[in-house]
Amino acid sequence: NFSPPARFDEARRVAIFGGTHGNEMSGVTLVNLWVKNGSEIQRKMVDTKPFITNPRAVEKCTRYVDTDLNRAFTPENLSALGEGDLPYEVQRAQEINRIFGPKGSPEAYDVIFDLHNTTSNMGCTLILESSKDYFNLQMMNYIKVTALRSNTEYYPRFSCKSVNIVLCDWFIAGLEVGPQPQGVLRSNIFEAMRVILKHALDFIELFNEGVEFPTCTVEVFRVLERIDYPRDANGNIIAMVHPNLQDGDWEPLNPGDPMFLTFDGKTLHYQGSGTIYPTFINEAAYYEKQQAFVTTRRETLVASAIRKA
Amino acid sequence: TSSRICERGADVAVCGGTHGNELSGVYLVRELLKAKDIVMEEEREEPASVLMVLANPRAMQQCRRYVDTDLNRCFTHATLNGPISDSAPYEMTRSRELNAMLGPKGSPGAVDLVCDLHNTTANMGLCLILSLACLFQRQMPDVPMRFIHFDVSSKESYSLDSVGKHGFAMEIGPQPHGVVRSNIYTAMKDGVQHMLDWVRLFNSGTIFEAGFVDVFTIVKNIDYPRDSETHNITATIHPQLQDRDFLLLHPDDALFQTFSGETLRYKGNEPLYPFFVNECAYYEKGIALSLARKNTVAYHNMAFKVHS
Repeated sequence: NFSPPARFDEARRVAIFGGTHGNEMSGVTLVNLWVKNGSEIQRKMVDTKPFITNPRAVEKCTRYVDTDLNRAFTPENLSALGEGDLPYEVQRAQEINRIFGPKGSPEAYDVIFDLHNTTSNMGCTLILESSKDYFNLQMMNYIKVTALRSNTEYYPRFSCKSVNIVLCDWFIAGLEVGPQPQGVLRSNIFEAMRVILKHALDFIELFNEGVEFPTCTVEVFRVLERIDYPRDANGNIIAMVHPNLQDGDWEPLNPGDPMFLTFDGKTLHYQGSGTIYPTFINEAAYYEKQQAFVTTRRETLVASAIRKA
Repeated sequence: TSSRICERGADVAVCGGTHGNELSGVYLVRELLKAKDIVMEEEREEPASVLMVLANPRAMQQCRRYVDTDLNRCFTHATLNGPISDSAPYEMTRSRELNAMLGPKGSPGAVDLVCDLHNTTANMGLCLILSLACLFQRQMPDVPMRFIHFDVSSKESYSLDSVGKHGFAMEIGPQPHGVVRSNIYTAMKDGVQHMLDWVRLFNSGTIFEAGFVDVFTIVKNIDYPRDSETHNITATIHPQLQDRDFLLLHPDDALFQTFSGETLRYKGNEPLYPFFVNECAYYEKGIALSLARKNTVAYHNMAFKVHS
C-alpha cells in the first residue's frame, strides 16, 4: 500500500486562544503568561500568537457576558450588521474572524488552538471539527504518542464531532482539560494543558522542517447525541448524575446501567440499544444547554502520510 | 419561598442558595419544600418547627454566587439597621428581608437555630462552621465531619447563620459551583436530617451529656502571590498541598507553585491545619487558603427547659 504522502502547506501562523469562556482558568492564565513572555511558545519559522478571545468575560470571571462565544461563529452572526448594538460576543466573533480568518484568505491563520476547561472528568481531550483532516489527525497522533512516552499523568483522548455539526471552517483544535471547577486554577490541570500544547507546537515545527509523518491510525470518540437531565413539567431538574456514572467519562455505559439518581433516591437506567462511551458528564455550563452528558462511539480513523508541500 | 408551621420548643431554619451557585443546598431546600407541601396536604402530622428558606433567589436564578454583593457578608448589625437607599445592592435589601423573617438578629423573637447550607470547591468533606456562642453537640456517628470555629463576637458577625440565636454553616466539598454531585447532595441531605433529628430529640426533653470535641480555630488566611501592577495571581496552590485540607502543614512545606515552576514554601513558625484550599470564591477575597489550630473543646450538659 504505497501511496505518496498528502501534501500540506507549511503552518506559518499559529494562534492560541484562551478565555473563550472567561472562567476557564487554565487557558486564561497560559495565554496571559505568553502574551507577557512568549518564548515558551516560539518555534523556528512559526509565528505564534497567544490571544484572549473574550476579555470582558475574563475580567468578570464568567463564562460569557451576553451569549456563548463558542457558539457565536455562525455565518449569520459573522455577517450581521449593527456593530455596537450586537451582543458583545457577536462583536468579538466578527473581530476574531477579521484578525485570524477567514479561511482561504492569504491572511488566515493556519492552525488555531482553543483552550478550555471542563468540570467533567475528561482528562485531556482534543476536539476536532472534521474527521477527514489528515493534518489534524497526524498532529493528534503525534501528541498522543509523545505524551505516552513522556509519561504524562493524563492520557490524551480525542473526540470527533459528527460531521453534521461544523461550527467553522478553520484548522481549529479545541483542547479541553478537566476536571477543574470554573474560576479555579489547579496546578496539575494547568501543567497538563501546557505540556499538550508544547507537543502540538513541536509537531508543527517538525512538519515545517520537512519531516514526513507516516500513515497512522487514531482512535477517536465520535459524538452521537446529548442526554438531558430528567426534568419536571416546569423544566426543573429532578435527578442527578448517578454516582456510578459520575466521573466515568470514556468508560463504557451499557444498556441497563445506572444513569441518574432522583433526589428521593430512585435510580434511572440507561435505555439505549447498545454500549456507548459517555463524556462531558456533569459539565456545569451544560445545565442550561440541557445536557447531562454526551454519548459517543469509538472509531478508528486512518490518516495518510503527510509532508509539507 | 419559605413556610413556618408553628413555634414549639426550639425552632430551626434551614437555608439554601445563600450563594446561588452552591447547588446542593438549592436543590435540597427545594426538595424539602416540596415534601413539606405534600405532608401538609396529606395529613396533620406533628408539626415540625422547621422553616425552609431559599435565601438568594435572584442569584439562584442566574446560577451565580451573588448579584451585587456577597449576601453572606450582609448580616452585621450596621448593615441590617443602618440607612438604606433605593439603589442599594440587591443583597442588602434581601438581608433585611431575611432578618425580618428569621430575626431580628439579637432579639428574643429570633429563630433558635439557623442552619445555612454551602458548598466549596475545596476538598473539605463535611464541615460545620460555628461562632463561639453556639457550639453544641451533634450525634452523627456515621458521617465523618469537622467543626470549624471563627472567633467573631456576635456584634461583628456578618453571616446569615448569625441571625438566629444559634447558627452554623454546613459546608460540603469538593464540588464545582454550578454542579450537583450526587454523593455531595446525599451527604448534605443526611447531615440536615441528623440535625433535625437532634432538634426533635432536644425538644422532647432528651438530656445530652457533656463531652469533648475537636475544633479547628482559624488563625489566619494566606493570599496568592500576586503581580504588583495587575494584581493577578502569579502562582497556583502547589500540587503537594492541593486537596490536602486538614492535613497538617509544617513550616517549609510546599505552599505555591509559580507559573515558572518555582516552589514557594510556608514560612510560618508553627504547624497549622489548612482548609478552604483553592476555594473558587475566595480568589476575589484574597484568600488562597485558611490556616487553623486544632483544639479540644469541652461542652456542658444540655437539655430543653420549659419555663413555667
